Amino acid sequence: MTVDLWDLSIHQARRLLEAGEVSAVELTDALLERILAVDNDVKAYLTLTPETALAQARAADESPPSPNTPLRGIPLAVKDVICTEGVPTTCGSRILEHFAPPYDATAVARLKAAGAILLGKTNNDEFAMGSSTENSAFFPTHNPWDLSRVPGGSSGGSAAAVSAGECLGALGSDTGGSVRQPAAFCGVVGLKPTYGLVSRYGLVAFASSLDQIGVLAKDVADAALLLTVIAGHDPLDATSLNTPLPDYTTALLHSDVRGVRVGVPQEYFIPGMQSEVEAAVRAALAQLEALGATLVPLSLPHTDYALPVYYLIAPAEASANLARYDGVRYGLRVPGPTLEETYKATRGQGFGAEVKRRIMLGTYALSAGYYDAYYLKAQKVRTLIRQDFDRAFEQVDVVVAPTSPTTAFRIGERVDDPLQMYLSDIFTLSVNLAGICGISLPCGFDPAGLPIGLQVIGPTLGEPIVMRVAHVYEQATSWHRRRPPLGNDRSQESKCG
Amino acid sequence: MALTLQEVEHIADLARLALTDEEKERFREQLSAVLAHAARLEELDTAAISPTATVLPLRNVLRADQPGSPAPREDMLANAPAADKGCFRVPAVWSTTPGTEG
Repeated sequence: MTVDLWDLSIHQARRLLEAGEVSAVELTDALLERILAVDNDVKAYLTLTPETALAQARAADESPPSPNTPLRGIPLAVKDVICTEGVPTTCGSRILEHFAPPYDATAVARLKAAGAILLGKTNNDEFAMGSSTENSAFFPTHNPWDLSRVPGGSSGGSAAAVSAGECLGALGSDTGGSVRQPAAFCGVVGLKPTYGLVSRYGLVAFASSLDQIGVLAKDVADAALLLTVIAGHDPLDATSLNTPLPDYTTALLHSDVRGVRVGVPQEYFIPGMQSEVEAAVRAALAQLEALGATLVPLSLPHTDYALPVYYLIAPAEASANLARYDGVRYGLRVPGPTLEETYKATRGQGFGAEVKRRIMLGTYALSAGYYDAYYLKAQKVRTLIRQDFDRAFEQVDVVVAPTSPTTAFRIGERVDDPLQMYLSDIFTLSVNLAGICGISLPCGFDPAGLPIGLQVIGPTLGEPIVMRVAHVYEQATSWHRRRPPLGNDRSQESKCG
Repeated sequence: MALTLQEVEHIADLARLALTDEEKERFREQLSAVLAHAARLEELDTAAISPTATVLPLRNVLRADQPGSPAPREDMLANAPAADKGCFRVPAVWSTTPGTEG
């Protein structure tokens, strides 16, 4: 077999590992070499942990296969807003540049317990605030399909790493689309689970009522495998759901979508969206219909208000959550003449522009005299957005829509225009506001060769049906098998960026 | 909804953020634009709608009141910008002579 080991999916790698045809050390070495070859161009990683990765790989090779270690020997990456014991977790921020957490996030601990290998930490917009990974305080990540373009965000490093073959799968976090939108831009699968399904313990808080850890993978089967490992009740997260959960990989055994009712929301096909995106999503809908699904046109009438609701609620929660960065217990301290001046100087120097902008916006929305007009009003409209979905899921099993209105934009194109940047998330925000689940998977390419994402949205705990529909579509198409034009031949070129 | 420079300075003070003059002016413009966009919510009548603070049906999640084993003190202090005698060290909160630490 002449396949490149770094190019394997997780389920392919598992078979080779279990058959003893490949060792975890060989697989990890292949990934580390791949990172060396392409990451100067892609810049997906903030921190690499090759020594501990190889130590974990040797341990994996010494332990026998077991049902308790479904990820034995599988090299993965973790977004840098998720805590990893003893490994820097900067959140893409100067204020946490030298922070190494004393514990693992629950999701990370579960991956490790399942036998996974941690290759390193991936780049993201500072504190997950952004849609392009350009808000990282360290450097932007580049889209593997076109290095002059953004990978999306905020989990842009994780999406780019999966797309470029720099890991077999990755964790991300999704507060308003931060797993699904970069998955769409990078041509990979990105799943945002139902709020409460995956523990947030050790996920550095941005907007606590919206944040959810999700997974990025090369195909739907891999996403199901990763979710099965990380999902489930955790007493360390009071918002973690305590409910029996399925093995999500068994949801994929249904090989058809006959009789599945697919809602097509008119508000997700709007003037101004890229015509190739609309065409690809409409073609995917036609394919689902041909595969036996029933298309049901429907309306989610408050979709248009999701953007202002999100940009009041998320910054309000962020302004409270980020109050903890005061230069006292961890992170940067910029001394001032008084304690209060120390707080101000530390935060003024430690936070980047977008984080300050959102703290300011959130503080304003929560301040005396404006709370009712902005924050409370947004929470009420959030109820209307949830009710739209409640009504939709009385009629349909899933809702299918584009993930983002355009393909990946150029680096620098939107950095100085926050509203324009925020618009790339208009099709993903509502899912977080409603607390439901959604997946993005590749459904085509535009004429510039950039991937287009299809979003399948399900109700609360609707992951099995969402993954089944996504899997059936994926298996009927070949988009997920395309790889970006990166290669060892590129490693000779000068660095960009 | 255009913010004034004084409002920007007041918010920055509430948020404990030191901003440069350039940042204040930029945020004044950008926040005004975002708030103008948010004003669209006024189109909706929400008088009879309850707010959603959380999507979960959970209330008062309690755990057994049993002592556990806390993380070691030295681990918790390992990331501190300044530590002294097992405590976080900060500038004096009350001081008659600003500028002296401890």
